[in-house]
Amino acid sequence: MDAFGKYKTVVSARATDKKILKKSQDGGIVSAAFIYGLENGLLDGVIVADNAGEFKAVPKVATTPEEVLEAAGTKYTVCPNISVLKSAVREYALEKVGIVGTPCQIRAVRKLMKYPVGFRHTDSKIALTIGIFCMENFPYMGLKTIVEEHCGVKMEDVVKMDIGKGKFWVYTKWGETKAIKLKETHPYEQIACHVCTDYTAELADISTGSVGSPDGWSTVFVRTTKGEEFFNKMVEDGYLEIKPIEEVKPGLGLVEKLALTKKEKNTKEIEHRKELGLPVPY
Amino acid sequence: MVKVAHVQLSSCCGCLVSLADTYEKLLDILNSIELVYCQTLMDVREIPDNLDIILVEGSVCLDDHHALELAEEVRKKAKILVALGACAATGGVTRFCRGNQMSKPVHSSFSPLTEVVKCDLAIPGCPPSPEVIVNVITAALNGDAEYLQPFAELAEKGEACGCDLLYKVVNKSLCMGCGTCAAACPTRAIEMLDGRPNVLKELCIKCGACSVQCPRIRFPKLIEEIE
Ligand SMILES: Cc1cc2nc3c(=O)[nH]c(=O)nc-3n(C[C@H](O)[C@H](O)[C@H](O)COP(=O)(O)OP(=O)(O)OC[C@H]3O[C@@H](n4cnc5c(N)ncnc54)[C@H](O)[C@@H]3O)c2cc1C
Ligand code: SF4
Ligand code: SF4
Ligand code: SF4
Repeated sequence: MDAFGKYKTVVSARATDKKILKKSQDGGIVSAAFIYGLENGLLDGVIVADNAGEFKAVPKVATTPEEVLEAAGTKYTVCPNISVLKSAVREYALEKVGIVGTPCQIRAVRKLMKYPVGFRHTDSKIALTIGIFCMENFPYMGLKTIVEEHCGVKMEDVVKMDIGKGKFWVYTKWGETKAIKLKETHPYEQIACHVCTDYTAELADISTGSVGSPDGWSTVFVRTTKGEEFFNKMVEDGYLEIKPIEEVKPGLGLVEKLALTKKEKNTKEIEHRKELGLPVPY
Repeated sequence: MVKVAHVQLSSCCGCLVSLADTYEKLLDILNSIELVYCQTLMDVREIPDNLDIILVEGSVCLDDHHALELAEEVRKKAKILVALGACAATGGVTRFCRGNQMSKPVHSSFSPLTEVVKCDLAIPGCPPSPEVIVNVITAALNGDAEYLQPFAELAEKGEACGCDLLYKVVNKSLCMGCGTCAAACPTRAIEMLDGRPNVLKELCIKCGACSVQCPRIRFPKLIEEIE
């Protein structure tokens, strides 16, 4: 089984701007790329997941670096980013749209690019897709239960959440850190994630996640020619610093292990559903 | 030269406008096709025989024998019969007919073309985007059956609508909340509530765009080929 899908290069990287690193989840690759795009005319707007308070996520069309920064950081809950794509093109009159999404959302974008039935004059305006690694997502009430009942933290007090080292972490505005075993969060997962076999956003122009790289850094796959041009320019212009993936710990091996685990487990679930005669995406 | 006709049944011309709205891409296609019949754009009264592609826009008024005869005629004359747009493909807005209208001739019953004669391809959407029309015609010209497969399947079913999202996706725990359906909807009948589509039935015109666009209903393998 192929773990990562097609890609040209994979590196470890982080944003050079301290402001970005302070707000971002990991190495700030997504925010840095979008800000770079907006500041250098490669993008004129981007679709991000904004925090609507208490980590409720809402899709937002951002047209300034400040708005991009406001929406930085992971919200571990469903955020229908693609729902605003057509309004980004129609109402914001954007010609070069950047879009970030989970692997499933990037797949949705690829589908609408190849089969643009209800997307008049939209696919040609998609200038860059950035995918974020994803093992599973949570419906908002599930997330709230994890945070409030299992971690004992009020949603309103949370400043950051993270998944790493087998645990779900919650950081509060009082400076506390709570963590529970990832196993305890499984019952709250979105069930739709169990038929998903894409961990590293295989169809994105660029995909990124924390796994594989040290804290504060990100693992980045550059997959398409479009993504490569964008990424190389960003590095040349000093928005990102990069390290060979072979030189960092824990390295690509861990990404591969997780990607394959997801594929194997969820392929079984798909087969099981097929045997029962239940529909699966085909 | 591939001979193409555009035929109109009960419809609003929106699909034809979409076809004409393909800008420079239309020119690429026009170099390889010859439009031999299109009542809105040219003065030809009879649909010629032996056409390669007939694009039919609109639904079939079952109370009008002319419409029924036309449906039979296009089937006989076309190598590839395409139900273009929601009315022809899935019934679209004409599905809402309740009968007893006062207008004459009597219009009290409409069916999509796909329900009346066998169609080879059906393109949903109200109207379908210019891009998808170009893609389908190009694929038909190139004999790209793999690309056309979802449109061929739809031509057999003649059904796609906002309800599919609830029955086939949300109700089967397949919806992961991407929001593509909401963006695809031409009438804004879909709002995303807690990351799931809610279809407002007062606004849904049964054009099928949402469910055809949903990656959790159909995801042809070729989408995975990225350059
Ligand atoms: C549900 C979920 C599960 C994840 N699981 C993993 C994992 O298993 N392994 C791993 O390495 N990485 C995972 N990630 C990715 C990781 O948490 C970071 O998002 C990623 O490393 C990007 O960090 P950054 O510092 O480059 O981005 P930042 O600069 O912090 O920007 C992050 C961007 O992602 C957008 N975003 C935030 N939440 C969502 C959301 N729910 N849906 C869509 N877009 C969103 C934000 O708007 C922002 O633009 C997951 C992310 C999500 C949303
Ligand atoms: S696991 Fe798959 S379906 Fe679930 S949110 Fe992540 S990418 Fe989407
Ligand atoms: S919900 Fe919208 S896109 Fe879906 S069938 Fe109805 S009108 Fe068409
Ligand atoms: S398009 Fe996305 S949000 Fe809509 S039903 Fe399908 S999976 Fe759910």
